[in-house]
Amino acid sequence: MPALCRDCMETFDAGRRCPACRGPRVTAHDELFTLSIAHMDCDAFYAAVEKRENADLADKPVIIGGGRRGVVSTACYIARIRGVRSAMPMFKALELCPDAVVLRPRMDLYAEVSRAIRAMMTDLTPAVEPLSLDEAFLDLTGTARLHGAPPAVLLARMVRRMEAELGVSGSIGLSHNKFLAKLASDLDKPRGFSVIGTAETADFLADRPVGMIWGVGAAGQATLEAQGIRSFADLRRWDRKELHAAFGSMGERLWHLARGQDSRRVSPNAPVKSISNETTFAEDIADRDLLDGHLWRLAEKVADRAKAKALGGAVVTLKLKRSDHRSLTRRVTLREPTQIADRIYRTARGLLDQVTVPGPFRLIGVGLSSLRPAAESDLSPDLLDPDAARRARAEHATDAIRRRFGDGAILKGRSLR
Amino acid sequence: MKISIERAALLKAMAQAQSVVERRNTIPILANVLIEADGDSVSFRATDLDIEVVDKAVAQVERSGATTVAAHTLHEIVRKLPDGALVTLADDGASGRLEVSAGRSNFSLATLPKEDFPVMASSEYSSNFAAPAPVLRRLFDKSKFAISTEETRYYLNGVYMHVAEGEDGRVLRCVATDGHRLARIDAPLPAGAEDMPGVIVPRKTVGELRKLLEDDDTEIAVSVSETKVRFATPEITLTSKVIDGTFPDYTRVIPMGNTRKLEVDAAEFAKAVDRVATVSSERSRAVKLQLDEDRLVLSVNAPDAGAAEEELAVAYGDERLEIGFNAKYLLEIASQVDRENAVFLFNSAGDPTLMREGDDTSAIYVVMPMRV
Repeated sequence: MPALCRDCMETFDAGRRCPACRGPRVTAHDELFTLSIAHMDCDAFYAAVEKRENADLADKPVIIGGGRRGVVSTACYIARIRGVRSAMPMFKALELCPDAVVLRPRMDLYAEVSRAIRAMMTDLTPAVEPLSLDEAFLDLTGTARLHGAPPAVLLARMVRRMEAELGVSGSIGLSHNKFLAKLASDLDKPRGFSVIGTAETADFLADRPVGMIWGVGAAGQATLEAQGIRSFADLRRWDRKELHAAFGSMGERLWHLARGQDSRRVSPNAPVKSISNETTFAEDIADRDLLDGHLWRLAEKVADRAKAKALGGAVVTLKLKRSDHRSLTRRVTLREPTQIADRIYRTARGLLDQVTVPGPFRLIGVGLSSLRPAAESDLSPDLLDPDAARRARAEHATDAIRRRFGDGAILKGRSLR
Repeated sequence: MKISIERAALLKAMAQAQSVVERRNTIPILANVLIEADGDSVSFRATDLDIEVVDKAVAQVERSGATTVAAHTLHEIVRKLPDGALVTLADDGASGRLEVSAGRSNFSLATLPKEDFPVMASSEYSSNFAAPAPVLRRLFDKSKFAISTEETRYYLNGVYMHVAEGEDGRVLRCVATDGHRLARIDAPLPAGAEDMPGVIVPRKTVGELRKLLEDDDTEIAVSVSETKVRFATPEITLTSKVIDGTFPDYTRVIPMGNTRKLEVDAAEFAKAVDRVATVSSERSRAVKLQLDEDRLVLSVNAPDAGAAEEELAVAYGDERLEIGFNAKYLLEIASQVDRENAVFLFNSAGDPTLMREGDDTSAIYVVMPMRV
């Protein structure tokens, strides 16, 4: 069985230890040198970057997250041993791990490291599809001749380079499609390298829960379970027509995924589907005027991002989270896409006015989706709001001023509330 | 209760009832129609709590009484019965079933107690007047296309029916707008309507009302209060809540000073707009109008799909103008014109445009241009 030592990059035939360096970090698999779709997932990325920046943190439990009321965004592996998990409320994380060092996320710094990682990936292949700052799909098909080594070796070299040059480790999943590659990268974290070959795909999936499928959440699992579907094996017992009849287009996807089939390509320019910003308050807010101030700031952020990407969106979404974490979303479709903060704000404000739940709320968010090119946005003014055009012109003038003198150069009074 | 009724009469009543009843109901009784038999007639009452329709039909009443039964089911049954059938509806009060029979077909339907059926509270109407069906038909048919579907501006989700000052005195006026186009339709003020409060008649009510207006000879009795509106023929009474909101001051958005005048055959114009818009697959297709001395060039330029151009001979004597519109909006207002030429009055490429039929100011339309 072909094998690879991830420490010294020696390739050999089978064995638990590397014949060259006697190291134990060996990956062996029949299809190791033929598979070419990979998923790379950094290990506790934000925490790893912080530890790199501050050597004192190396052996301390580190949690990255926002404020006293925030949630855990990333926990380092030391904190994870104590039971801290991502998305856990901060107070709970601190109960489990009172000595943890809690740090506010420094997104600019993480983005910088992420760019460096992405550059290492694009050294190997142009087909890199980032999913977030710390994970990406890579399609290395046809690159073996160019680099003089099979994909598995290239990937192992890449993570070794990440550790050496950036101080960040990652885990690799290698398989024959994106769905399986992503599952694989999660099997052996941290510093892992897992392979799911075509031969064992069916066996590998059989007893795993269908909740592993992207897009099948708690509600989806309940729906499937009501039909007696818990594992991939259960799913495989259904024929294609039945699945389609029961679950519509999702059924078609399930039929393929049940067999480990996924024909999605690794596409470097995955289009942006939505732009949204949200904020969690230090203390719950019920006062509509205070919410209004947040709403404006969020609308402005969303509009700024839309303008930066030359996009406009026709669907405006308002998101609120109540004190008990139950969320509430309201959305409205506009006649045409917009990228004007004023319009996004007014639309979201209209949605907020229709929310009858009194609150208080712990979070508010604004989103823009059904995105279209900016050239198709804001083409027809509102007959009933003749001032809108004037306000849009003022906004464009404001944007120009901020571009020249900085974001704080000119603000709306509303944003100070 | 036991009645015999002709299929045609029952079908007509049930068609009206089932269209008011919402398809999905969380309150079971709202899926039902209340059937009340008394004397020599039977009435069918349906509601969605905002609209109530009562349809009286002639029937042979053997035994008076009342019950409620699923409206969609009964409608489907009656629809599938053969033409000319005589339908018997009977309930014995004890079984909780309504027996429906016609020829050799028999159905037994579950009922709910008539006491549970919500009957809309009667209202004090401050205005009562009669209007011929064709007058109301014109008012609502020509305005309803502009009703907004936007939920945040719920006060635009209907037709604003009110008394207004027209050019030759007071008129009964209907206005609808969605912020991109506006329709303003006038009719002579019927006697008794002078003090009518302005009301926003909801979209669904406008749709239901339309079914009462088919017959040219019918006089419709209209009753209006601040909160409700009622339209009645001798057989059918349609009562509806009105939208609780303030209709915006539309008068300030109707351009009065537009001077650039284009006169064009509406049908030819609409066909040309439709043709050139074919090349664009976008949801909001923009059509560009280039106007020059008695010449109109319509064009669409969709970068990914292609381009189209068509020239029309028109009457236009003003300076050159280029202006863009949403093709759908242009088509919709052009199709309101049925007798004379369409007259467009423009100001600039950024200002609202006015459209009317010939010199008739009793129906005017405003449409907002689009950047092209």
